[in-house]
Amino acid sequence: MTRDELKEKIVAVLVDEFEFENPGLTDNLRDDHGFDSIDAIELLAKIEEMLGFRLSRKEKEQAMSIRTISDILDYIETIQSSRST
Amino acid sequence: MKRRVVITACSAITPIGYRKEDIIESLRQGKSGVKPLRDDGLLTDHIHSKVFGTVDYPIDYGFTRKDTKTMGPVAYYACQVAKDVLAASGLDQEFISSGRLGVSFGSTHGSPTVQRNIYKTFFSNLESEFSSIGAVDYLKSMVHTTAVNITRMFGITGRVIASSTACTTSSQSIGFGYEMVKYGMQDAMICGGADEYDTTTVAVFDNLLACSVDYNDTPECTPRPFDSKRDGLVVGEGGAAVLLEDYDSAKARGANIIGEIIGFACNNNGGDLILPNLDGITATLHLALEDANIKPADVGFISAHATATKMGDVIESQAIDKVYGNGPWVTGLKSYMGHTMGTCGAIELILSLYMMEQGFLAPTLNLESVDERCAMLRHVREVTETETRIAAIQNFAFGGVNTCLLIADGRE
Repeated sequence: MTRDELKEKIVAVLVDEFEFENPGLTDNLRDDHGFDSIDAIELLAKIEEMLGFRLSRKEKEQAMSIRTISDILDYIETIQSSRST
Repeated sequence: MKRRVVITACSAITPIGYRKEDIIESLRQGKSGVKPLRDDGLLTDHIHSKVFGTVDYPIDYGFTRKDTKTMGPVAYYACQVAKDVLAASGLDQEFISSGRLGVSFGSTHGSPTVQRNIYKTFFSNLESEFSSIGAVDYLKSMVHTTAVNITRMFGITGRVIASSTACTTSSQSIGFGYEMVKYGMQDAMICGGADEYDTTTVAVFDNLLACSVDYNDTPECTPRPFDSKRDGLVVGEGGAAVLLEDYDSAKARGANIIGEIIGFACNNNGGDLILPNLDGITATLHLALEDANIKPADVGFISAHATATKMGDVIESQAIDKVYGNGPWVTGLKSYMGHTMGTCGAIELILSLYMMEQGFLAPTLNLESVDERCAMLRHVREVTETETRIAAIQNFAFGGVNTCLLIADGRE
């Protein structure tokens, strides 16, 4: 999956299921869209669904530094790359 | 410190309507909210009782995902009625988030719908099923989910009391909220209860032989409080809230005072957890009168708990007779909608307020032939135009918990 395809999928999830309005790649998830700790946990479940495997505890903890949509894309790409090596 | 505690807003989602006008019309026209039990795809076929007090009209909640992500169906009812009372109150956000407004709200056991989805994973070995237990499922299903979803939605920072005592849940919520304001711990409290559609509650009462089963083909003919042909209770759903405020503050801000809580009592039978107890109930009624510092003759109307179980109605009748004789009018309001469980006290209080304001009393529905053991009371048998200044709302729960709230109308 290219980064653009990934971006499209993540933005669709954020719009359809998290009710984001006009999300931008560098928007601050919390300040601009009211994204909170509960959303973060739910988004991880969506990412697991998208990737087709369960994230480890350590991988989930790495997601806690995510602040923007761009960070989400980086995070998923890092996970994919570490799993494929 | 002892302060007067007034009711400045109320809202109820009930099987006989949501808006005040709809509820009053149902009471005046004798419309029942008892309908056929909806199929849950699990227990319904095994339950003998096929009736349920049903909320079957659409409700325009208007909640966003930000609100709903921690809410099960029970919290929808709770937050909607809380939203209504805050909107009607005119309280500003500064006060709402000041810490001087608290919430006293409960349900029988949180959200059974969400709990049921969690339990489903117990019977699956699939990894994907396990991960389907969402992080928010606890927030949606926990026993204090109604109270804290209200605080979250409206930014309320005061005390939280989350009563969960089955049929006395919301009467305790109101009573404890009243005490919070009366003794100066809070200046205002949103109080009430909610319970969602749930067949496990029906199954429990069904197995105890306490549910109505003889009127499955004519749901509107049951429950039948005090009637000689009553055959048990009917479970129902709903939500209800009242806003309680310190009288002086309410008066100073020009709030619309629609009633006053003048007394509350709560005790326990100290023994059997199921059977109604004459001594315990009688003591509750006396304690409430003492708290309000009024005489039995001052009470014009009693909203009886009256679930239409065989013994419950008889014991309650005896208790009313011992304390009041046949002075006050008595109605079993569950005859209109069944037993809304954790919501019933709040709904019955609000219906009593509506009737006091409108100057009438609704009769006990389906009371065609009074059981001779309940005949000593002054039953309301038809719509009766009468002025009521003080009413008693009685509720009794599994666990031996009894409550009585005494309310006065909003007139000075």
